[in-house]
Amino acid sequence: MADMRVNFCGVELKNPITTASGTFGFGHEYGEFYDLGELGGIGVKGLTPTERLGNPAPRIAETPMGILNCVGLQNPGIDRFIAEQIPYLRQFDTKIIANVSGSSVEEYAEMIEKISDSDVDLIEMNISCPNVKCGGMTFGTQPAMVEEVVSEAKKYAKKPLIVKLSPNVTDIAEIARAAVGAGADALSLINTLLGMRIDIETRRPILSNIMGGLSGPAVFPVAVRMVYQVHQAVDVPIIGMGGIRTGRDAAEMMMAGASAVAVGTACFADPMTPVRCAKELEEFCDSHGVHSVTELTGALQI
Amino acid sequence: MPVQELCTVIKQEQLTDSIFSLTLSAPKICELANAGQFVHISCGEARLLRRPISICDTTEDTLRVVFTVKGEGTAWLSERKKDDELDVLGPAGHGFDLSVLGDKPVFIGGGIGVPPMLKSMKAAKAQGAQPTAILGFRNKDAVILEDEFRSVGTVYTATDDGSYGIHGFVSAVLEEHIGEFTSVCCCGPKGMLKALASIAENAGIPCQVSMEERMGCGIGACLVCACSLKGENGETRYGHVCKDGPVFDSKEVEW
Repeated sequence: MADMRVNFCGVELKNPITTASGTFGFGHEYGEFYDLGELGGIGVKGLTPTERLGNPAPRIAETPMGILNCVGLQNPGIDRFIAEQIPYLRQFDTKIIANVSGSSVEEYAEMIEKISDSDVDLIEMNISCPNVKCGGMTFGTQPAMVEEVVSEAKKYAKKPLIVKLSPNVTDIAEIARAAVGAGADALSLINTLLGMRIDIETRRPILSNIMGGLSGPAVFPVAVRMVYQVHQAVDVPIIGMGGIRTGRDAAEMMMAGASAVAVGTACFADPMTPVRCAKELEEFCDSHGVHSVTELTGALQI
Repeated sequence: MPVQELCTVIKQEQLTDSIFSLTLSAPKICELANAGQFVHISCGEARLLRRPISICDTTEDTLRVVFTVKGEGTAWLSERKKDDELDVLGPAGHGFDLSVLGDKPVFIGGGIGVPPMLKSMKAAKAQGAQPTAILGFRNKDAVILEDEFRSVGTVYTATDDGSYGIHGFVSAVLEEHIGEFTSVCCCGPKGMLKALASIAENAGIPCQVSMEERMGCGIGACLVCACSLKGENGETRYGHVCKDGPVFDSKEVEW
């Protein structure tokens, strides 16, 4: 039996499988299907300083082996998350990864300070949401902006700070170096790829917001490539995400350089995906003579 | 809350040129199913998203769904045959509140909004009410399930072009008979629901509407199936069709 534990920035995950922010709510729904304590960590829905309503419907379009979404960070606000959701999530033997967004450098700092004082384990800073007008991806696509927002946020972070990167850039390694240079303790990638679908009968976009973020198995090779490039460029742990739906996908993402992974869109097809991935990853380790799952990280041979 | 069940197809039928019926063996889902809920069906390896389909009827261990072929997923589903297996999540969502129906509820369906009214009408009858159905279709060729509804109570059938039954919309039929009813339950195009809600509200009787939206997870985690509802200070808020609905009180909905 392989040792599945991962030490991620000093936080012990019981296995490398976590859930991707925005696909898992605050865990209640999937918690009806299995014990959330079977997961290494739970990435919760992205939080903002106050409640956000999100975009009008339609917010989703199916694509070949993927989906586009434009939810637009609908969430109850950070205060209600702290008051109502942390006590729920703490019932389970898993780690809480809070995901926060702001629309200015000051808002990010305020969010990081507030969430640092709450009972979460890791902080994921989203500078890559493609579906909001202010903030989000605009912070994550220029190295100078990344450096400014991350260095300010880092001053207030009392928990490990993970910066979530956008794939909608020319050079992901450059962005990764800017984030790590500004103090990021870890990186997570990829957020969704900007995409679009048109209903050719009505000649109108399918999504209310015209464009949206592409996720699902369709983006998996892009995510593996970017995790590989970032792992080559910087020396901090990475949570790899984008299209993972099996334990073998998780192993591949880890070989590219990820220390842990997140499962997202695949949960919509099968609610059991993250627990199945954890089991399959363990089976992979056992059948390949891997004693500790951490041996897979960066195990790619070229 | 829904369960995930592998269901064997017991019977597949084509009802019109584009509408199909599947009867599945689904004892776990049947045990939990309420009127107005839906199931979320996996439509083959090639498609990531499940398809939400309303529950038409249940027995102790069989689940019937009636759906229209709209795209590749539902086309795949329509090709399932006896003994094929389907991965089904359900029952999902919040169905009709049977406690506000009164003794003479009316169940109104338009087009593919007709099927979920069958289980709902039967549930009303089972609790001692005398239910009526008003069923609306585009034309004679689109009429489905009429005999099943007749076995439960009074049925008015209307067609848009007058090729069968009453000529006109279900809203005109409701308007004419509104004094006979204690509540309205309906499912169909949004314009139809809005018209029916207005008639019911003017008559001062409860109206429950079953809404539709493009869905992701189907259980309330991904927040994509937003539906505009009236917020506290007259502001819009978004509920989610999969978990807060598909059935809403018509007064909650921001039309």
